[in-house]
Amino acid sequence: MNEIIQIKNLVKRFPVGKDFFTALHDINLNFTQGEFAGFTGPSGSGKTTLLNIIGSLDSPSEGSATVMGQDVALLSNREAALLRNQHIGFIFQTYNLLPVYTVFENVEFALLLQKMTTSERRKAVMEALEWVGLTDKMKSRPNMLSGGESQRVAIARSMVKKPEIVLADEPTANLDSKNSHHILQTMKKLNEELNVTFLFATHDEKVMKYLRRIVSLEDGRVVSDRLTE
Amino acid sequence: MIAFKLAYRNLMGAGLRTFLNVSVLSFAFVLIIFFNGMMDGWHRESRIDTIAWEAGQGQLWHPALDMYDPLTLQDAHAPLNTKALALVKAGQLTPILIVTATAYPQGRMEGILLKGIDPAQNILDLPSATLQGKNGCYGLIGNRTAKNMKLKTGDQLLVRWRDVHGTFDAKEITIAGVFACNVPTVDNGQVWLPIDTLREMTSMQGQATLFVASKTYAGGDLGQWKWKDLKFLLLDLDNIVKAKKSGGTILQMLLLFIALLAIFDTQVLSIFRRQREIGTYIALGMTRWQVVGIFTVEGAAHSVLAALLGALWGIPLMLFIGHTGINFGINDIGISMRSVIYPYYSIGLIVSTTVIVILAATIVSYIPARRIAKMKPTDALKGKLQ
Repeated sequence: MNEIIQIKNLVKRFPVGKDFFTALHDINLNFTQGEFAGFTGPSGSGKTTLLNIIGSLDSPSEGSATVMGQDVALLSNREAALLRNQHIGFIFQTYNLLPVYTVFENVEFALLLQKMTTSERRKAVMEALEWVGLTDKMKSRPNMLSGGESQRVAIARSMVKKPEIVLADEPTANLDSKNSHHILQTMKKLNEELNVTFLFATHDEKVMKYLRRIVSLEDGRVVSDRLTE
Repeated sequence: MIAFKLAYRNLMGAGLRTFLNVSVLSFAFVLIIFFNGMMDGWHRESRIDTIAWEAGQGQLWHPALDMYDPLTLQDAHAPLNTKALALVKAGQLTPILIVTATAYPQGRMEGILLKGIDPAQNILDLPSATLQGKNGCYGLIGNRTAKNMKLKTGDQLLVRWRDVHGTFDAKEITIAGVFACNVPTVDNGQVWLPIDTLREMTSMQGQATLFVASKTYAGGDLGQWKWKDLKFLLLDLDNIVKAKKSGGTILQMLLLFIALLAIFDTQVLSIFRRQREIGTYIALGMTRWQVVGIFTVEGAAHSVLAALLGALWGIPLMLFIGHTGINFGINDIGISMRSVIYPYYSIGLIVSTTVIVILAATIVSYIPARRIAKMKPTDALKGKLQ
């Protein structure tokens, strides 16, 4: 199996006053290419922290998290940025679209850091917008979009550079049921067609229904790791 | 390129706040160029006038002469040597004899300088020709002296002096004319006489205190006569203008500081409000220093917009003032100054002002943006940094 994420004995502590709060205890997990998995659990269980470490936005206090063959704890800022830019896409609960850019430019932004020509970028952006069904909104600005549309733009932005991994932190938390299903179906389709690994942090039942693997966390510990199909 | 594009979009998106920042900065921008343009215009005009009326293209001084010490005038005179005579005859030099004297206008007593000049000279703009062909003792004064001594053309002025032997003598000089001049150092407390008349009055036949050179004189000492070039002769004027310019710089810097403070404030607010955006940039694969670059360019772009806005309203205004000049209505401040000053905007002034403003705006934009480099992306994404 092609393991693209390997987490070994991972511990994460945060300073709280003079003491430390341990957010993750001895986590051991592996993920292979093309998984559609999620971390579930109540607030404060460590879902987002784990996702941030996999996304090289944070680093472990102990143990290791190897993503695409690179130990995130050992990466410099530049190397971590390169890893995110080339291999990882992010989807956030609050969409995090750049307000001054159009839909097209928001999606294009992810490619601006890569050495691509304008025509290559345009082709890739159009393709990504087609995946999420937003080609007709390409000139709109984020404030002209609904929540569902905004999240679809965020999905297009995360997918446009064709990453191996997409990390989605509570992607449906701000969406109604209909929009939630819509974007989950979109992500499922992309996962199946492009073999992209999707990792979610969620406590939304709707999301869990789509996941093929659910890792349950409680107080920073893995309490279950099960396949749903 | 991304940074510039993003900066432009964000600045346009900020609307009124950008407009206010840019307006204040453009005001500072135009004011700095305008003020320095006025000072440069004044300096330029004053140099032209001083050269035309007093300094010529350089001077040859008697070795004993010290312009800051009138007592040296007593000994600072000598006969013209053969070479000097030939150059005077050729029109390359004109001799000036200077003698201290006392004038008695309306019964008052005032110390003056009697200056002898060749009425036929054409090296200086001084209207010495007024003294040509007059029988008797005629003198020429400037309008400042005329005003101070309440004299007009045709009036008589009693003067007393000591000749070369130290003997006091006195005479009434008839004012042949009153000239208007922007150079007070050829006017204040001075009476210009035909040089031969003054030589006769002081028994200094064939003598001079200094020579004023024309463009045709090659420069350099002439026997005992010491060459003083324009750099030396205009040094006082240059220093005074420089000092006045420095004084004005404090005000300009204060104005620039206020404008930059507004940019600084905007940057601090912007970084605080846009934490999620900063986190997003990092999540999309930018390094923290690349994000610092984006915010620095954005802040610095205020100065570029200010330059454009300043050009929009400043260029027509400065062209208009450059055409009409500014009438200060005064020309008696002790140094050379025309009543109407025409600003002079050099390329160097515009380029240096632009560079200073852009550089200063970049620095004040960078200082708060540095904070981004210390941000934890996870906290930035949550927008929870204080």
